[in-house]
Amino acid sequence: MKKYDKLVKNAVGRMVPAIINGEKHVPFMGVGKYKPTGNKYGPPIASCSDYPDDGNKVIDSLREALIKAGIKDGMTLSTHHHFRNGDLIANQVFDIAADMGVKNLRWFPSASFPCHEHIIPYLEDGTINRIEGSMNGALGKFCSLGKMDGLGVLRSHGGRYQAVQDGEVKIDIAIIAAPTADPFGNANGVNGPAACGLLGFALADSQYADKVIVVTDNLVPFPAIPWQIHGNYVDYVVKVDKVGIPEKIISGTTQITKSPDRLLIAELTAQFCEQTGLIYDGFSYQAGAGGTALSIGNYFGDILRKNNWKARFIRAGSNKYPVEMLEEGLVEYILDGQTFDLEGVRSMRENPNHVWTSPFTSYNYHGKGNFASMVDVVVLGATEVDINFNANVVTHSDGYLLHGIGGWQNTLFGKTTILPVPLFRDRIPVIRDEVTTICAPGEMIDVIVTERGIAINPLRQDLIAKAKETNLPIKTIEQLKQEAEEICGVPDKPKLSDEIVAVIKWVDGTVIDSVYRVIED
Amino acid sequence: MENPIWVGSISPKTRSDVGVRFWHEKTGGIKINIKSKVNALFGNQIKTLAKEILDFFEIDHASLEIVDFGAVNFVLAARIEAAIKKVINTKKEFLLPLLPENKQPTERDAFRISRLYLPGNSPKLMLNAGIHHPNGLILDLEDAVAPDKKDEARYLVRNALRSLHFYGAERMVRINQGERGLQDLDFIIPHFVNLVLIPKCETAGQVKSVDDKIAVLKKKYNIKNDIWLMPIIESAKGVINAYEIATSTKNIVAMAIGLEDYTADIGTQRTNIGNESFFARSMVVNASRAAGIQPIDSVFSDVSDMKALAENIKVSKGMGFDGMGCIHPRQIKVIHENFAPDSLEIEKAIKIFHAFEEANEKGLGVVSLGSKMIDPPVVKRALNTIELAKKLGLLP
Repeated sequence: MKKYDKLVKNAVGRMVPAIINGEKHVPFMGVGKYKPTGNKYGPPIASCSDYPDDGNKVIDSLREALIKAGIKDGMTLSTHHHFRNGDLIANQVFDIAADMGVKNLRWFPSASFPCHEHIIPYLEDGTINRIEGSMNGALGKFCSLGKMDGLGVLRSHGGRYQAVQDGEVKIDIAIIAAPTADPFGNANGVNGPAACGLLGFALADSQYADKVIVVTDNLVPFPAIPWQIHGNYVDYVVKVDKVGIPEKIISGTTQITKSPDRLLIAELTAQFCEQTGLIYDGFSYQAGAGGTALSIGNYFGDILRKNNWKARFIRAGSNKYPVEMLEEGLVEYILDGQTFDLEGVRSMRENPNHVWTSPFTSYNYHGKGNFASMVDVVVLGATEVDINFNANVVTHSDGYLLHGIGGWQNTLFGKTTILPVPLFRDRIPVIRDEVTTICAPGEMIDVIVTERGIAINPLRQDLIAKAKETNLPIKTIEQLKQEAEEICGVPDKPKLSDEIVAVIKWVDGTVIDSVYRVIED
Repeated sequence: MENPIWVGSISPKTRSDVGVRFWHEKTGGIKINIKSKVNALFGNQIKTLAKEILDFFEIDHASLEIVDFGAVNFVLAARIEAAIKKVINTKKEFLLPLLPENKQPTERDAFRISRLYLPGNSPKLMLNAGIHHPNGLILDLEDAVAPDKKDEARYLVRNALRSLHFYGAERMVRINQGERGLQDLDFIIPHFVNLVLIPKCETAGQVKSVDDKIAVLKKKYNIKNDIWLMPIIESAKGVINAYEIATSTKNIVAMAIGLEDYTADIGTQRTNIGNESFFARSMVVNASRAAGIQPIDSVFSDVSDMKALAENIKVSKGMGFDGMGCIHPRQIKVIHENFAPDSLEIEKAIKIFHAFEEANEKGLGVVSLGSKMIDPPVVKRALNTIELAKKLGLLP
């Protein structure tokens, strides 16, 4: 089977394959242009008569559960990433598969982390054919150098839900690691020694996979409350000694930045939002986890407090900072997709206004709306932006896969999307003529805030007019690009081959760009 | 052959800098070995620059090892030149083009409320320093540079004066003490430095020797811009001689006090309340005012405590200081805000300004407000306050 075939130019002018790993895919047609037809995917109908009346689905080992689930060559195995870099289960799954001699598997994680470097030998020996999910660190390098048998497919969190729901990706066995579960398979992330907050990324897997295995180190008698994952979807439950490493679950940047340059960017972002009227009593915003984003949240808090306003909700990745705002009464609800520290977990456990969500409620584009588009201000990072405001979040300027898409593409549908980015990193300008990889068309990005000035997308004439009445340092994006090049020099083009190693999906399942093989020095 | 020591930095935490080693050979041509964090995008350009520099110094046989962490051109050039000059004795200098904006002179009475110290051998801190808009940026060749790095820092500071964007900040350099300080001048005077800080001043003679050398260099390089001086008083002797120092040359525009060294010199420790330095600070204020120059206060070293900094500034302003040094960009805003005139001061300044205008219109020689005569220094101070208020955005 060819990794890919039938290259076509899509609506953002990028060449993308229409056949990927032997299956047909639709090239990107423009935002909101692709209309799916037909019905959602339906997993096989089950019968209670095949399951124990006492509700006890506990199996002795993960190996036995995988065998019972019918693991075999060519299957798709899914895992979630709520344990982040503290995940212990995905690696074990592929240890077992390799030991059994199973080949050609597709790993479909909601994200991968550096701890998953462990599976590289399985990519090399054919146990795993490909990863469809984020790849960074050693896995990103492996894929970028063209060493993976199959073609990588990167999707947003919402795009992953969409792909499962639409039947684009059929999960054979979902392995759901859970901080707490009962023998029936009800599971949650708020309790237990490896509490990670919620299990939203595994929702689609539980609903649509043929077989579902819940793995826990905290098996409690029925009922495990809250039942974030319903046991009614679950086939087998496995008890292990340790499901995740708690101190590594708490990752991402959890502190407000101390860098004066990043603080300046954060301050400018907050000033922009305040002075152009984006912040008002009852507004909502997306809170990110990076040091700059946390600092912006802090400044937003100051603005709310000063005006005696409240935010209606924060869309989070939460940690202690949004939690403090919730507890201070500066915000009424946190709608949370993943927790980044123990304060986030505690608050979610104790506070009914700290709500666990899933990619279905927040991000799925093939639904009857989702709440991402209701958020007023969305603040996101990017590795590169080009002079047409197209943005890249997955590859570094040297071509290597660096980050997953996460919820990034999905949150772009908020009313105003702002990218606070430094003008250059280690001599590499962030604003380019063309981004290495398009993850978002320019029409989705409204404002770029750098330490040397703010550029507003010409499509947002309303914001341009409002900013004119302020003394904010507004510049054109070309001016910013030139300023960076005066300091850094004009970078050469990276050495990339014309061989595609991965594709980037848009939120509707269409293919927005290709990632090319990096030629090593 | 023994390996030369690295110029620049190759520690794992290095960013925006580069490590360079140079071996001068007898045969074998030029060998350049480059490892760069930004190799895919800048590797070829780094090689081209290195070749250009070797060519410039007419070197035919050499090995050059470059370990780069995203250094920009002026940093690369400074490091390569310094590595070469560790081995080869030459008077030639490899100079990159001067940014036109870096030729700007500054005024004698320019505002010097905040001046940010930058270690002269740390390029990472230089690139973004100007965006925080201090009134002055000090490239420090003295205490902020390790003794074994002082030579290479000169090339970096020289190149920064030519190529770094200062975003309107006054371009200042703190030289070393004594003979080394006089040598430092060779690296900065031809490159349009605006102001030279002279550390540990104890006598007028110290300032005069610096001033004389500057005059010689200005003539040699045909520099027409004014180059201002700011002596720093850091000892009991300096305090006692403050007025003599302040009036030692007409190029002095400000005098600063350095309290870390001063308190050690008088046998005590620096406290937040600062009783131990009241006399010294007051001497510097009075000597400066008597000499018609700006008195500038010492840096505040706890960079995490902005509240204590603000309190410190209030005392400083109350004593008559016009500004303060800073060692972290986040201090700049606090210093500007707290040295800024308050609303009463602004109101009074405006009243005096109107009275001054009225007197001018009527052709009166004397300015009066109500029944009070206003002396010229008060008018000047009022005009200063208004200009400062405008600059800080407190007045339209």
